Amino acid sequence: MRKGRAAAILAGLAVAVAACGNAPTTTEPTASASAPATGGGDKTLQGVKLEVAAKWTGAEQKNFEQVLKAFADKTGAEVTYASTGEDTGAYLGPRIQGNNPPDVAILPQPGLVQQYAEQKALKPLSADVTKEIDANYTPYWKELGSVDGQVYGVLIKAAHKSLVWYRSSAFEEAGVQPATTWDELVKSAQTLADSGTAPFSLCGASGWTLTDLFENVYLSTAGPENYDKLSKHEIPWTDPSVKTALEKIAQIAGKKEFVAGGSSGALQTDFPTCVNDVYSTKKAAMVIEADFVAVEAVQSGAKLGEEAKYFPFPKAGDTAPVVLGGDVAVAMKDSPGAMALVQFLASKEGGEIWAKLPGYLSPNKNVSPDNYPDELTKQLGQTIVSAGDAVRYDMSDLAPSAFGGTDGKGEWKVLQDFLRNPTDVKGTQDALEAEAKKAWK
Amino acid sequence: MTERLDGRQDSPAAEAAGEPPTGPADTPRKRTRLGPSPTVAIFFLLPAALLLGIWVIYPIVFSIFRSLFDSVGTGFVGLGNYATIFSDAGMLTTIRNNLIWVVVAPIIVTTLGLIFAVLTERIRWATAFKLIVFMPMAVSLMAAGVIFRLVYEENPDKGLANAILTTVHDTFSSSQGYPEARPREGDQSQVAAQDGGVVTKQPAQAGRPVLIPIVGVKPDVMPSNAQAAQAPAGDGLSGTVWFDFTPGGGGQSGAIDGTEKGLPGMTVEAVQNGQVAATATTAENGSFRFDGLAPGSYVVRLPQSNFEASYGGLTWLGPALITPAIIGAFVWVWAGFAMVLIAAGLAAIPRDALEAARIDGATEWQVFRKITVPLLSPVLLVVFVTMIINTLKVFDLVFIIAPSSVQPQANVVALEMWRVSFGGGGNQGLGSALAIFLLILVLPFMIMNIRRFRREDT
Repeated sequence: MRKGRAAAILAGLAVAVAACGNAPTTTEPTASASAPATGGGDKTLQGVKLEVAAKWTGAEQKNFEQVLKAFADKTGAEVTYASTGEDTGAYLGPRIQGNNPPDVAILPQPGLVQQYAEQKALKPLSADVTKEIDANYTPYWKELGSVDGQVYGVLIKAAHKSLVWYRSSAFEEAGVQPATTWDELVKSAQTLADSGTAPFSLCGASGWTLTDLFENVYLSTAGPENYDKLSKHEIPWTDPSVKTALEKIAQIAGKKEFVAGGSSGALQTDFPTCVNDVYSTKKAAMVIEADFVAVEAVQSGAKLGEEAKYFPFPKAGDTAPVVLGGDVAVAMKDSPGAMALVQFLASKEGGEIWAKLPGYLSPNKNVSPDNYPDELTKQLGQTIVSAGDAVRYDMSDLAPSAFGGTDGKGEWKVLQDFLRNPTDVKGTQDALEAEAKKAWK
Repeated sequence: MTERLDGRQDSPAAEAAGEPPTGPADTPRKRTRLGPSPTVAIFFLLPAALLLGIWVIYPIVFSIFRSLFDSVGTGFVGLGNYATIFSDAGMLTTIRNNLIWVVVAPIIVTTLGLIFAVLTERIRWATAFKLIVFMPMAVSLMAAGVIFRLVYEENPDKGLANAILTTVHDTFSSSQGYPEARPREGDQSQVAAQDGGVVTKQPAQAGRPVLIPIVGVKPDVMPSNAQAAQAPAGDGLSGTVWFDFTPGGGGQSGAIDGTEKGLPGMTVEAVQNGQVAATATTAENGSFRFDGLAPGSYVVRLPQSNFEASYGGLTWLGPALITPAIIGAFVWVWAGFAMVLIAAGLAAIPRDALEAARIDGATEWQVFRKITVPLLSPVLLVVFVTMIINTLKVFDLVFIIAPSSVQPQANVVALEMWRVSFGGGGNQGLGSALAIFLLILVLPFMIMNIRRFRREDT
């Protein structure tokens, strides 16, 4: 939930940033997008009415509506947008029960694709759409939108979760450089601690930030194959690969001087507060979270690219981790209009129109990072493209939400307990496995 | 209610038969003749009964039914969900917490309400005082939760509770020195951490300055008068305590580099055979010297007092204190309500009883214990039982005040019910079972309250 809200603010701020920086580019994409659309569109869907539901509001909604407008201009369809609010399930559930679903819905978690597909609320995507997906996405993403081999959804918007944000003045003061490996990170952390600044601000009260940290370390140390297996609970959490990852995390969570406020302080720090601790109260030097930290950093008074900088999550093993979160488009009515819209959103064309607007990252491999409006997003896009097949989706969002998405339960709770007592790797593994067994049964 | 209905049904028959009333028991029956006929009564009762049926009876029956099925609602599990409640460790914590709540909160609320009510009878600005104590009732529980989340914030600059504690504490003893600083350790280092302080690994020798490198000094505790570190020259036991960190990196660890600053004001002890032989304080450049020390072998020590962190207050929102902290917020909200009810009861106590006792020579305490409290006991019981019901149902305060990392430790049945049913798990079977469990817990107290009200009516 908080992720969503943060993303919404991110988009809003990104608009502001872009508007200050290079105002022309924000208006240009619409013009250039609609130009070929009006010229080349054959208006096959003239008179068709479509409804699309997504959680976005504010600036994010406006941007998405621009993409929808490009689609409408191209096909002649009339598209209306409905906002589901933060709780997509609560909005869609009754509409599905009442046999009145929107034509297309954008789901914030792949887990919901599974859930709705089992309820037979989703329509399999047509051959044309599947072809579009094959052309633009790696097989991993296709599988992510599929249930039992049938393609139902496509990831159309991504959040980059493999970043370490830092305060450049703290790094300069201590004379350390952004780390590229885990050992370097630990060494820099020691130097920072020696200089009198706590190296890490952990957002322990927000369980999802701990799962993100674990996922990055695990993807890096255990590799994508194991990551996939663990995501589906095909290997148990008692696996040695989990032990390795937890031990790596203990290297930073286990030292009192490494964590701002110690572990008890960190456990009371929720997500935006831990960013403030880095950029506003300057208690710590680094915070490990996704691209949407930018919003909070700006609100804490730091300037992006100057005081607030980031580096890719360092390699803790053989893989440079890129973990994404994101939103999946699904068709809830089997109509040509709904299929055409999903196809458009999955296409290079649709992706590039969106990419020119602020606050958007595309998982589409054919959307060139050059389309992004600012340097920061361009670099993020580049890391996604260059990671290629090794990119993975946020594991906790793939899990049943009782395990990976509930306050005080499942993985969130166990990792918080681990932060409280980082020496107990074995007990943490056992607890994770016990919770996983309950959730996956 | 049924009694009265029966009465009405009977009375026309009795009237028709023309039977005279046989005893005092029949007097109420006679009175009800004045009331409407049963059909009219049912007609008027119907809307209320219908609404109650839809909004109260049906949900309860459906919840009981639903609690016997699994999360999807298709598989019959019998009493399996109820078994889960009593076997799951997390759920047992919630039940334990609810027990703490039920035992502690109503007693505190009632006692405080009684004290306030009795006191307000005596003071001049009683109405103003009552208004202030009653004020939290005007705040929604949700807002009260937000307020207390801030009150319990650990940082004394933000949290009122810790601000008070630290202020009180600091007036008696204030912190000094370099909290959280520590020696640079390692094989090459001459010093090591010990018992919260720092000691040299080898006995120091006169004429060879002792180097004590310290790292991790927070920027805000670094004294402004600190000067570049220097080793003292000359004979005798001397040395330097300095911040072994060159800003911007570089610099050699364990050696005094040009820009590194000394740490003034450190207490340094020369220790021989466990006895402190001499004490010195570092100068602005971090150097120290023991004058007039007998020759011999000494260990140089920086005692723990140099590194004591300032008192930061209590971790209110940690696992240990979270439930008492939330109960505090609950008391803040409800004490005013209890006070108003009890004050009303107090006003109804016959004054002559109190005066008679006083004339007979009873002390105020005796009057309070032997007269006021017994006469008030019906009101006290109502307040107490109402509070028990309220504490059993407590949800919003726990939901808002407890940070999510300690919610498992602060959890209560009502919150767990909501979380299990809607908060991700989506197991409405188990959720319904918890709802029914809660209903069963509340039921005896409800019945007790209703009985009491009835008795007072008649």
